[in-house]
Amino acid sequence: MITVFGYPLRSPSPFARLVLLAALSTLLMVLDHRGHYLDRLRSTTMVIIRPIYAVAGLPAGVIEAVGDFFTTSRTLRHEVATLRDETRELKARQLSYDALQAENERLRQRLASAARVATRLMAADLIEVAAEPYARKIVVARGSRQGIFVGQPAIDAHGVLGQVTQVAADVSRVTLITDPGHAIPVLNNRSGLRAIVFGTGDPDILQVRYQTASADIKPGDLLVTSGLGGTFPPGYPVGVVHKIIHDPNEAFLDIHVRPAAKLNHGKRAILIWPTRAPLSAPNPPAHGPARK
Amino acid sequence: MRLGPDTRASLLLYASFAAAILLAIMPMPAWAEDFRPDWVGLVLIYWCIATPQRVGVGSGWLLGLILDILYGHALLGLHALTKATVAYIAMRLHLQLRMFPRWQQALAVAILLFVSQLIVLWVRGAVGRAPQGIGYWTPAIVGLVLWPFVFAALRNLRRRGDIR
Repeated sequence: MITVFGYPLRSPSPFARLVLLAALSTLLMVLDHRGHYLDRLRSTTMVIIRPIYAVAGLPAGVIEAVGDFFTTSRTLRHEVATLRDETRELKARQLSYDALQAENERLRQRLASAARVATRLMAADLIEVAAEPYARKIVVARGSRQGIFVGQPAIDAHGVLGQVTQVAADVSRVTLITDPGHAIPVLNNRSGLRAIVFGTGDPDILQVRYQTASADIKPGDLLVTSGLGGTFPPGYPVGVVHKIIHDPNEAFLDIHVRPAAKLNHGKRAILIWPTRAPLSAPNPPAHGPARK
Repeated sequence: MRLGPDTRASLLLYASFAAAILLAIMPMPAWAEDFRPDWVGLVLIYWCIATPQRVGVGSGWLLGLILDILYGHALLGLHALTKATVAYIAMRLHLQLRMFPRWQQALAVAILLFVSQLIVLWVRGAVGRAPQGIGYWTPAIVGLVLWPFVFAALRNLRRRGDIR
């Protein structure tokens, strides 16, 4: 028995302990939600938890390795053939692309507008996918040491993946556009309508909110980044309008969008440095995730 | 190195929690994500029922906090709160729960898991991003189905490891 100034100190009852700890966790949540008081702590823990995730990922890795081992030579040969075809096609397209770019450059010069400098890119290996359902985030193996900054856009070969929301020395966390806390300003490629695409937590569905029934948007429309808000450079595909539900009782349309990027595929993200954003002093994302 | 029987029991206990945590963060294909049971919750409930003098509110809180840190993007303290609550209820009812037939026990466990999910839902709703859809509740159902197996496995561990 522990005594304090001669008085015996009983250990608190389970209920007292629950109340105490509940208060403590509420305090933590408020600190985490309201201020960004715990950001430093989080970037430290991100480094600590990496090996734990590596261990947790072992079974999946083994299954994948075994699967790779048993890939038959026929599949491989088939794959090689497909890839060759694809390369040929891409090369052909590249030719016309080069010509178009040169032409574009000339036209821009004539218009005396700022030419878009080639964007700097960096590929980053995915090391972790959020285990918590409904949060759509990934961790990639690049960090502040490679110049990654908070608010940096991430893309894949098909479209926008999301943006960097946390950076540690060698890893950073990317919030995907499907995360419920993420919003991205877009432009309807067909009609020029400006809109904002929100994540829903569902890996295949994005949502356009606050569009009235008269908005010029229909299924099949491609939505690209508008560049407004300054986080994402303009012109990258975000998604294709999949379904529009018009409920007369609701003020706004319920618009479902299929993300263009293959969010659940691949092991690599591409981080880009938007041309006009300064490399050294990045602005906090204006349209960043409405922080949890 | 020779370990005392009590040290060995504690180590086994920690190992079971470590395994539950690894299962909780193990990568899974997206379609299976909804069916991932609350492993840490299940293991925690078992130990609260079987050895309430060892595992209780404090352990639950600490486990929840570890989960929060590992998830990395949840509100820090959210799972700590739910796990402490679940541990408290399981501890309070441990005598009744021990007496229940297995299926009834499983039902009670599912209700506990349901309560913890509900707390998460409330807090998420309060900060403005409540998960939607029926898929959110499937882990409680999966927990119900898995409980008899978890119970058998952990009882086996407890008897072998002489954890009291």
